[in-house]
Amino acid sequence: MATAPLLDRRRFLKSGAAAGVLLIGFSLDGRAATDPAQAQEKPQVNPFDAWVRITPDDRVTLILGKSEMGQSVMTSLPMILAEELCVDWKQVSVEQAPTNPKIYNHGTGGSHSVFGSWLPLRRAGAAAREMLVTAAAARWNVNRDTCVAKDGGILHGSRNDFLSYGQLVSDAAKLPVPDLNKVPLKNSHDFTIVGHDHARVDAKEKSTGAAKFGIDSRVPGMLYAVIARCPVFGGKVKSFDATKTKKVPGVRDVFAIDAVAKGAFTAGGVAVLAENSWAAMQGRNALEIVWDEGPHANESTETLHKQFLENAAKPGKVVRNEGDFVAALTGAAKKVEATYEFPFAPHATMEPMNCTVHIGPDKAEAWIPTQAPQWAQDVIAGVSGLPHESVSVHTTLMGGGFGRRYQADFVMEAAQVAKASGKPVMVLWTREDDMQHDFYRPASYHKMSGAVGADGSLAGWKHFQTSTAIAAMWNDQGEDNAQETEFGTAVFIPYRNPNYRVEYTLAKSGVPRAWWRSVEHSSSGFVVECFVDEIAAAAGVDPLEYRLRVIGDDRVIPDFTNPKEGRPLKTARLKGVLKVAAEKAAWGSPLPQGVGRGIAGYFSFYSYTACVAEVSVKDRAVKVHRLVYAVDCGRPINPDGVRAQVESAAIYGLSAALHDQITIRGGRVEQANFNDYDLPHIGETPLTEVHVVPSTEEPTGIGEPGLPVVAAAVCNAIYALTRKRIRRLPIRAEDFA
Amino acid sequence: MAVTFTLNGKATTVNVDPQMPLLWVLRDTLNMTGTKFGCGMALCGACTVHIDGEPARSCITAVSSIAGKKITTIEGLSADGSHPVQKAWMEEDVPQCGYCQSGQIMSAVALLAKKAKPTDADIDDAMSGNLCRCGTYQRIRKAIHRAAEMQAGA
Repeated sequence: MATAPLLDRRRFLKSGAAAGVLLIGFSLDGRAATDPAQAQEKPQVNPFDAWVRITPDDRVTLILGKSEMGQSVMTSLPMILAEELCVDWKQVSVEQAPTNPKIYNHGTGGSHSVFGSWLPLRRAGAAAREMLVTAAAARWNVNRDTCVAKDGGILHGSRNDFLSYGQLVSDAAKLPVPDLNKVPLKNSHDFTIVGHDHARVDAKEKSTGAAKFGIDSRVPGMLYAVIARCPVFGGKVKSFDATKTKKVPGVRDVFAIDAVAKGAFTAGGVAVLAENSWAAMQGRNALEIVWDEGPHANESTETLHKQFLENAAKPGKVVRNEGDFVAALTGAAKKVEATYEFPFAPHATMEPMNCTVHIGPDKAEAWIPTQAPQWAQDVIAGVSGLPHESVSVHTTLMGGGFGRRYQADFVMEAAQVAKASGKPVMVLWTREDDMQHDFYRPASYHKMSGAVGADGSLAGWKHFQTSTAIAAMWNDQGEDNAQETEFGTAVFIPYRNPNYRVEYTLAKSGVPRAWWRSVEHSSSGFVVECFVDEIAAAAGVDPLEYRLRVIGDDRVIPDFTNPKEGRPLKTARLKGVLKVAAEKAAWGSPLPQGVGRGIAGYFSFYSYTACVAEVSVKDRAVKVHRLVYAVDCGRPINPDGVRAQVESAAIYGLSAALHDQITIRGGRVEQANFNDYDLPHIGETPLTEVHVVPSTEEPTGIGEPGLPVVAAAVCNAIYALTRKRIRRLPIRAEDFA
Repeated sequence: MAVTFTLNGKATTVNVDPQMPLLWVLRDTLNMTGTKFGCGMALCGACTVHIDGEPARSCITAVSSIAGKKITTIEGLSADGSHPVQKAWMEEDVPQCGYCQSGQIMSAVALLAKKAKPTDADIDDAMSGNLCRCGTYQRIRKAIHRAAEMQAGA
């Protein structure tokens, strides 16, 4: 069996090759990119074996070691390689890397791809370029300093000679690889690709239907399977009768698979294998199953809410304590108190989970829309009993990831079914399966208290949270340190505050949860940015002015949770995005009748975002008219790609503000499809402007940081308009009663 | 049961369960995977095709009901992505994950066939049944206006 990755996300993502048991292999904090000791963990690879393929006819293929789920790494990462390699972008095509943890850090998440790949890919591209220069110098028998890489070839100015890379590659690839830590990198002033807008390389195939997602995998002789899972989390099959299923035309096999709690979390159930997806679904409908509903059958949204209130009535575990908050509150000119609550939220990727696996006697092959190809390989190796080298995992395009596809549950199931069947099998999830067996964004409850001084200053800040922590599910010590995954940057807010207290209490739940786009920042960011707005109102100061005032001077605030490795919060950059968003939105200028304006700014994934929202409320329904964003994610690789990611995160965040709610009754999810769980539609799309702040700082994440600010900006705008504070998401009509 | 219909201009016969939705006939029987499965209940639009020129959700369309009809899928719009709507999609860099875009494009083509110069409200109305989890809606609107201009200029 595969060994269990029972780690919290931070450690889980950080574990990398050092973990030994599980080669997830990318570090959330980017040590691999900056720390030479870490960078040397992987042996020096020849870039022509790993990253760059050039054919004699001068076609350049760049290899993508990450997974493309819509975030455009298929464009942005090869742009970094191409820049150092000095090739014409038009020459370039991109190919997905085979799963090989010895060469690649495949894991794709944590808004980490560009951040973690920036230096390694520059070095790989530069090494290839230097090897081509050396090959040309040898060919011409000249000093290599007289040779210059340019437009996909090497130029020798005085000789007026040019050799294309295609003419040089066979020599170059045989040369020693330069020390990657010392290879000369291009001066950023000479960048011609990085920092310029480029269309996505996959736009055409995604506009013609030619793009192949996991669900489009087709293997000769394959069967299609669906699995009946117990609707109650933690439940199991007691008995089943497949007599009627076997009579459904096209059904080929029916068998039970076990639930797995090691290596991946799966529900187990009854698998129905058929000649096509439809027959498999019909066969599943005909199953008669008696379930053992297990220990969580009485859990409901109401029981969880009750638990939250009970937890909040008692002190929590102290996560941070500076000064004397109680004294600050006692001596405060004004006290502000508020509670905030968030439900479970589903990922709802448009492509439901699926995985195609063929396990033969001496090799296995799989086609998987996965953010974690190495984990998938590990799972299939474990189930099949084959060595990793005999398990080929093809990473396909993904119809959305958002963290859901960093799981291996759907891989585990497919491996179990393929192993039992012996045939190539696609395990396909229906929308109902996908919505009811997700790993949800945790539900949480936050009790905030603020002390405001007579001069309006922030005299104290207390943040108590109780939640169904991710760590408690993924880490064997997670129940003791559940808070590790739940606050994010909310434990080192930028607002100066001499009396700072943070407390946490775990809420128990049988509902699976994990990493959802922007993870803990989606809720903690909302809480911090709404609560500071409440304090600003209590102090009687404009929300933007108050933020800038209590952020104060330019400071560098270390990552409280991970001071050594985490990137600090630089207040100058946060103030920078707040000011840009405010200026572009004409903050303070008159608005049309019935429109309110709100602001929020946040630091997450080492990037800074601010958002100004303009909203109206009509018939107890919120309409978001306009969002003005400013983002500082360091040096933007593909500015239009940055804008696209922020536009996307805005809608995902609006989804949480206006719609997202998974409710539990009888230990099961009440929602099943898009009729009872609705996503934002085109008509709800505000006019969204994204202003990318020019920067030469190291590039940081952008897939997620656009999200935490949007719901807060919207709710702060609702307050500005109606004087009603929305403290529970999603926003409901009754909030305006 | 054998069902014959015209698929992207070609006479096609399949021998399947008559109740099988066109979506699965396309995807699993004919291996034409450009049309996507999203919900199975006509709630998300990922499976949108044209039946006799009208947009339809193939996930709830029994194959028996399309006998003798003309079906167009994303693969039938153009062989090379040269349809104005596809070109507009590329020029506005609309797709992100791309999964819903076949359905979005088929709905957009149907809209432009009826309204050569749609307003934002027309677009919001015609496209309201096509969900996109990446939230590419703003670019979809722009691309439809761009395609309308291209078609007007053609």
